[in-house]
Amino acid sequence: MSALDMQDVRKVYGSGDTEVVALDHASIAVGDDEMVALVGPSGSGKTTLLSIAGGLLSPTDGAVRVGPHEITQYDRRELTRFRREFVGFVFQGANLVPFLTAKENLLVAADLAGRKGKHTERRAETLLEELGLAARMGNTPAALSGGEKQRVAIGRALMNEPELVLFDEPTSALDTKLGEQVMDLIRSEVKGRGTAAVVVTHDSRMTHYADRTVEIRDGRLVA
Amino acid sequence: MKLAWKELTRRPSRFLTAGGALTLIVILLLLLGGLLDGLYLSATAALRAQSASVIVYSTESRDSLLRSRIEPSTREQVAAVDGVESVTGFGIALLGAKIPGRSDLADVAVFGYEAANARVPAPLPTGQVYADRTLQDEGVAIGDTLLLGPAQTPVTVKGWVEDTAYLFQSGLWANAETWRRVLAENRPDQVLGPGTFQALLVTPHEGVSDQRVANAIDTQVPGVSALTKQEAILGLPGVEQQSSTFASIIGVTFLVAGLVVALFFALVTLERVGLFGVLKAIGANSRTLAAGLALQALLIAAGAFALGGALTLLLARVIPPEVPLQLVPKRAIFIAIGIVVTALIGSAISFRRIVRIDPASAVGGS
Repeated sequence: MSALDMQDVRKVYGSGDTEVVALDHASIAVGDDEMVALVGPSGSGKTTLLSIAGGLLSPTDGAVRVGPHEITQYDRRELTRFRREFVGFVFQGANLVPFLTAKENLLVAADLAGRKGKHTERRAETLLEELGLAARMGNTPAALSGGEKQRVAIGRALMNEPELVLFDEPTSALDTKLGEQVMDLIRSEVKGRGTAAVVVTHDSRMTHYADRTVEIRDGRLVA
Repeated sequence: MKLAWKELTRRPSRFLTAGGALTLIVILLLLLGGLLDGLYLSATAALRAQSASVIVYSTESRDSLLRSRIEPSTREQVAAVDGVESVTGFGIALLGAKIPGRSDLADVAVFGYEAANARVPAPLPTGQVYADRTLQDEGVAIGDTLLLGPAQTPVTVKGWVEDTAYLFQSGLWANAETWRRVLAENRPDQVLGPGTFQALLVTPHEGVSDQRVANAIDTQVPGVSALTKQEAILGLPGVEQQSSTFASIIGVTFLVAGLVVALFFALVTLERVGLFGVLKAIGANSRTLAAGLALQALLIAAGAFALGGALTLLLARVIPPEVPLQLVPKRAIFIAIGIVVTALIGSAISFRRIVRIDPASAVGGS
């Protein structure tokens, strides 16, 4: 079973004359431990595809399955629960909670999913150690560099052992060298765990880290 | 909730504006409430002190103790009304009192009464009085002889009683004979015959409501107007107007507190749209985020009350004693609950905005 399976997915905004087709009969399957790079120009539908795969948006037509979860018909509450427990997100610019330490930022994700206790704390510490942040656990985002923040965000995405991790331009705020380090880390983390990943990027220098690159243009997947 | 708590404890400076404004509002509310209570209690103490729960005036007095006259025959008629357990006479004379060793006069209310009430023991022999303890501040001591009114009628203070003033004038509690003498010597127009009082204090039989007895007296005895104690208190000159004026100011102040909190949390929410979007994207629901906001509002209000309360207590120490400020625990509890509820309502204005934050806004750049 693939980690992500989108069949004939359409997403249309507005109606009549103002109708905008953001995603047009898009079908994609991502294997259990596959890392796919999704590239395309601005406004091509990358973000929409990522949002639908992560249960942030519902498709207008088509079917979306993540692991065993058929999320197409999920209502808002079910989608919230699904995001909490089965997907990880890494956003542009990290988007960490500014008044929490690196470790607490990881624990927020666990807390939302109802995971608490010593075991959870140890998991956060282990993840941060793996991400090379052992000495930075107690620092708030303001005291972390751009690359460190993005690594904390990766830790947060992996905290609940998701079946699928979605990366939205994870290197856009970083210089090339840091970007490559982060992509290298993403690859080793997802591959090491056998987690599927979709990485949205507009930076063609980063695509070789992925197993496969899919291009999207005007809402259609072209490769 | 945990997030909200951590934000509050780690970034307290963010909440200083709202907390500071609420603290000032709490001080204002406590002072306004304290003044209202001070004015109310000082004006109404003599009536509140009564154990009797129905007060009877003559009709032509239009429910004024000073203007009222009740003849002994009327008293007998009132005592005969169904549901009446006991009737005692009550009267007042407002005068200036000359205190030994003081050149200026103190304002006093001389009460003539027949039986002990909630705060004053049974009447003393003629020529002796219980004095309200507020007179101690004016230099009165036990054993002093006060000279009342232009006729300088002497009365001797034999003991203290608490909280018995009438319209801000300290009470002197005398037997009926002493009171009638004081009145006759100083108010020649108000010489009252034996057995005549200004008002009657009626205690109903157990299990009979005050209102029922008051109505029965009104219908069965001509020329009198019977009021429950609460009606009589509100009927004192200025008391009801004072209470409603202060209640309006306090109400408006609560409204201002609500607006301050609403505005503050509206701004905070606006500032946090990005963060809330991210939290929603990773699985936080609107209810959790709104509960966090409500918790912050509650804690800010509680903190503001604690600080405002402490500052008001300090302030009360330096406010001159002639300002009728009384900080009553019941009022403080009312203000504490009021400010917390107002803050919660104020923060709730932002709940709709939180619900409307789209988790999808977290992706695609921010």
